[in-house]
Amino acid sequence: MRWETDPILKVEHLTMRFGGLIAVNDLTFSAGRGDITALIGPNGAGKTTVFNCITGFYKPTEGRMALIHPRLDIDAEIAAATISGDAFVSRPSVFLLERLPDYRVSGEAKVARTFQNIRLFAGMTVLENLLVAQHNALMLASGYSILGILGTKSYADSEGGAVDRAKYWLEKINLTDRADDPAGDLPYGAQRRLEIARAMCTRPVLLCLDEPAAGLNPRESLELNALLDSIREHEGTSILLIEHDMSVVMEISDHVVVLDYGTKISDGEPSFVKNDPHVIAAYLGVDDEEVAAAEAEVDAVEAEVRP
Amino acid sequence: MEVFVQQLINGITLGSIYGLIAIGYTMVFGIIGMVNFAHGDVFMLSAFVALITFLLVTTFLAAIGIIAGSVWIVVTLLICLVAAMIVTSLWNWAIERIAYRPLRGSFRLAPLISAIGMSIFLSNFVQVAQGPRNKPTPPMLTDVFTVMKGANYDVNISFKQIAIWLVTAVLLACFWYVVQRTPLGRAQRACEQDRKMAALLGVDVDKTISLTFVMGAALAAVAGTMYLLYYGVVSFSDGFTPGVKAFTAAVLGGIGSLPGAVIGGLLIGLIETFWSAYFTIDYKDVAAFSILVVVLIFMPQGILGKPEVEKV
Repeated sequence: MRWETDPILKVEHLTMRFGGLIAVNDLTFSAGRGDITALIGPNGAGKTTVFNCITGFYKPTEGRMALIHPRLDIDAEIAAATISGDAFVSRPSVFLLERLPDYRVSGEAKVARTFQNIRLFAGMTVLENLLVAQHNALMLASGYSILGILGTKSYADSEGGAVDRAKYWLEKINLTDRADDPAGDLPYGAQRRLEIARAMCTRPVLLCLDEPAAGLNPRESLELNALLDSIREHEGTSILLIEHDMSVVMEISDHVVVLDYGTKISDGEPSFVKNDPHVIAAYLGVDDEEVAAAEAEVDAVEAEVRP
Repeated sequence: MEVFVQQLINGITLGSIYGLIAIGYTMVFGIIGMVNFAHGDVFMLSAFVALITFLLVTTFLAAIGIIAGSVWIVVTLLICLVAAMIVTSLWNWAIERIAYRPLRGSFRLAPLISAIGMSIFLSNFVQVAQGPRNKPTPPMLTDVFTVMKGANYDVNISFKQIAIWLVTAVLLACFWYVVQRTPLGRAQRACEQDRKMAALLGVDVDKTISLTFVMGAALAAVAGTMYLLYYGVVSFSDGFTPGVKAFTAAVLGGIGSLPGAVIGGLLIGLIETFWSAYFTIDYKDVAAFSILVVVLIFMPQGILGKPEVEKV
């Protein structure tokens, strides 16, 4: 099990309370490096709350969320150390997400996310949406915009690099010819793909997708599956996915975690989860006989307590 | 006809000053949805910084025996402009850090009240530190071009009006470039639309807001220096009326819209000067604000404002 031997994200005892409501209750799970991990459960199970905690949207009441960065490309590391003039380059490899403010979860820990309802910058062009996602690198290269105004070469180069990366993603999501249109004018399916592309432009190690297939027609759904597969194959990005569409979940995910009322009820490979009686009960309810048996048990206990 | 052209020239000059201040209001409103009532006093403060710098530089020049010629006046004014921009930016950065940022999660009215407090603080601080009297500068760049000869009236443009137009145009162009083409400007526009999402893409929202205040203050400092050059006098209470007029300009142009702020500023400046020329100077403020009322009744979003879209 890759999520046990080589996890990218370890969530331990995560609890989130809103006043008296416990949205997530003592949740522990891991997501494997390079896996597509699906987080499923009935409505109100607390899936989106988990995402909000991971991405710094909420500060969890309790718990630890560790993101483990991959070992980097060895040649690149040697080159970086050589350039630095020092004997070694140290880079943080573990991030405790609950301690980072939201912009550093994205900027340093490299976690990106999309939302259930699309949150593009509707008034900006498609290309600009992808460039905002590369803000930190550009800000540094532009010397906080001062060099940018002066138009120095180093800034022009990095701006060019950012535009190239944006173009690469535009090509991948088939939106190259709409690069200069306002993002709000795109059709729904294209906006969804653009949101994923924008998240990928931050160069994430973990991509959190909140119901990416919601509202898509079957053809768009297939395109989405292909896009997610190619992200995993070619970008080396691990994916954490909330999804209601079981056909999507069972087809593309390597690992499924099931929540109900904020508690984990099942965890394993799709084939295991599919047949887990807890999951079936949570999704379909339980048989009348089982309800009758449970009621009988309650009656027996009551009889014991109050003779 | 001569009167008309002359007032047009005067109105555009006054309007560029209002426009520069209005940008500060509109940018801050755009990014955090707050009216920064202290902005007029930041403008007043910048005029004082320019005045102090002017006195220091001229005293220094006199001490080393340079007789002020026209070249030196231009150099001195440039030094004043840069000094005012830097010092005022620092002030506005500090104001945001102390008075607004701690209240950001609070209810909507809190930062507004804090801004009014900051406005009173600034004007009182300047009153105590610099004295309550009007502070004059010697007249500068007063040579005029005669543009048009009339029967009993010549239309003139003074060098200082040309200087004001040039500086305003150049700085507006720089500013426009920053907002439209640089990563900082993109981050500002992104924060304007969805602050939380911008943060999730790695944009440091607090820093972006700070830089917005710095940019607004730098433009207000340009306006302050130009105001000092134009009128040759400044007092601690001079922040209020131009501040309110610039705010009016921002609302008139459509608050949140940058070209709207400039257009609104020019309109207010023109309305004010034409009213003073053709009717009575005593009612020029009434005229400017009445136009605002009329425009807001028929175009509540202002001239270039976008209609409010409810977010779901």
